[in-house]
Amino acid sequence: MRKILTLFFVFALLFALPMGQYAEANQLKVGVVFSIGGLGDESFNDAAFRGATQARDDFGIQLDYVEPDDIAEMEDHQRAFVQEGYDLVIAIGFLQESGLEAVARDYPDAKLAIVDSDYLADMPNVASLVFKEHEGSFLAGYLAGSMTETGVVGFVGGMEVPVIFNFQTGYEQGVEYANPDATVLINYAGDFGDPGTGKELAVSQFERGADIIYHAAGGTGMGVFEAAEENNFYAIGVDSEQDGIAPGYILTSMLKRVDVAVYNIIADLVQGEFNAGVHRFGVADGGVGLTDFPYTDHLIPDEVKQNIEVIKEMIIDGQIEVSSAHD
Amino acid sequence: MWDYLVYFVNATVLAAALRMATPLIFTSLGGIFAERSGVINIGLEGMMLIGAFTGMLTSYFTGQPWLGLIGALIAGALMGLVHAVAAVTYKVNQVVSGTAINIFAVGVTVFLLRWIFDVAGTSPSVSRVPVVTIPLVNRIPVIGQIIGTHNIMVYLALVLVVIVHIFLFKTVWGLRLRSVGEHPKAADTVGIDVFLTRYLAVITSGALAGLGGAYLSIAHLSRFGDQMTAGRGFIALAAMIFGKWTPFGALGASLLFGFANAVQMRLQELGIPSQFVQMVPYILTMIALAGFIGRATPPKAIGKPYKKE
Repeated sequence: MRKILTLFFVFALLFALPMGQYAEANQLKVGVVFSIGGLGDESFNDAAFRGATQARDDFGIQLDYVEPDDIAEMEDHQRAFVQEGYDLVIAIGFLQESGLEAVARDYPDAKLAIVDSDYLADMPNVASLVFKEHEGSFLAGYLAGSMTETGVVGFVGGMEVPVIFNFQTGYEQGVEYANPDATVLINYAGDFGDPGTGKELAVSQFERGADIIYHAAGGTGMGVFEAAEENNFYAIGVDSEQDGIAPGYILTSMLKRVDVAVYNIIADLVQGEFNAGVHRFGVADGGVGLTDFPYTDHLIPDEVKQNIEVIKEMIIDGQIEVSSAHD
Repeated sequence: MWDYLVYFVNATVLAAALRMATPLIFTSLGGIFAERSGVINIGLEGMMLIGAFTGMLTSYFTGQPWLGLIGALIAGALMGLVHAVAAVTYKVNQVVSGTAINIFAVGVTVFLLRWIFDVAGTSPSVSRVPVVTIPLVNRIPVIGQIIGTHNIMVYLALVLVVIVHIFLFKTVWGLRLRSVGEHPKAADTVGIDVFLTRYLAVITSGALAGLGGAYLSIAHLSRFGDQMTAGRGFIALAAMIFGKWTPFGALGASLLFGFANAVQMRLQELGIPSQFVQMVPYILTMIALAGFIGRATPPKAIGKPYKKE
């Protein structure tokens, strides 16, 4: 029995050996530390993974990743990648910022990147990949403002944190641009994982007249979609293409192209042009935008669709300046 | 002024309050069972979460939300059994055992969701228990709007309050359960099986919390999300204490908390932050415990494992 057990542990140890050592010596190595939720979230992490695997296929780098279970683990994973000599370590999500701050201080020569946080903007070895959520939300707001029949639209936010204020303010500006008389109802759930409260907030906005509701609330937003299906109004999704969750009830989703950001930073590394500091992805570089209305194309007048394209151009050449919550 | 008030407190707001109170009612009734028998159940949150997950899972695979409710009830009861084994038989610190259940529930539901559906965060949509309209009642102005049309779990919760009240205070089994929680030694002397009573009470407690969780995943909503209970188990615990360990008290407290939540959704327009209302249940509980609203006296033997001599 004892021998069998010993054998078992030896095999177990074999599996634990880092596979990375078989990589070619001159191959660039990129490590990705995902956010809570990990792969399969059909959102942030999956998008980051798409960008990273695309870069791996295009540039022939070695890609490794870990999926931490909680915030406390994140720093250890970041540190482990750096210590093993990875050329670039990408941390997904603002929850990693405090861990990455310590790692960045301890390893001034490491190349690090963080998605969705500019807290480490001043670090000489950290690239901060952030999005102009307000620009994408402006497009969503323009769509809502153009489509509303009641003149009332809604916004449901997760927690009252700076990045979500960015969604809110862009949306409000977009609604006003389309329809200066429209009212925007604003509610916060106080939680990113409470769909029950999300549903009640959306129902409450619907009862106050809202017929289109945009959410920037993570899992809480699932409740917004359920409320839309039940009460027959429209919702707008966020971060990734959520249109298929309640087909026909989700007008569009405001995409945050984490894949674009991750792909670009790896491309920079490969070309020897890795730059620390803040990289902002907006409408101009395809970092934010709307979906192609896979289920709602017939509902949206051509005129509105054309206007959205015009507005994109106007944002790119500066005719429309969408202000962020931090301005 | 009146218009203003009606904007914040009207029939639709009260109906929302009732919807938000329902999971608290189920779960606080569960809390009463355990604590009246002398076992602290801080694991209500985890039992709810397991119930929410199992309800969704059963409904997904069978297409029958009713079976989902039964699944949630059984899963909650099993968690109750685990708590009872630890707290009653092995005399583990009851708060530690309950906390362990809460931690376990988060981990196992995240893991299983991912393993079974290959998604993180949110399950697919499943069928849920029906919404019913009570004939005649729904025609009464205002009241009909508030209680006339709901999913059937809302009514089930209200009926259960009456049943649990009758059980606890009008039947001999209820008397035995309460005596075990007040003075187990005396109960033992007169031939009541303290261990068995506590086991049954804690298992029932878990079953009710499981139903409270299933309300979220297959009645109010039609999918499971990671940690979707979002602290409701603890609020239910607060409702139980604020309601002085009585079914009607817990009902009143649950309705009050649900109402506070429904009103704050509209008060946010005035710039009152949501966090303020999220504090309300806990503040009220502390006020109740401090004895400002009558006395909130827990069962005497609560938290103390019983040793047969």
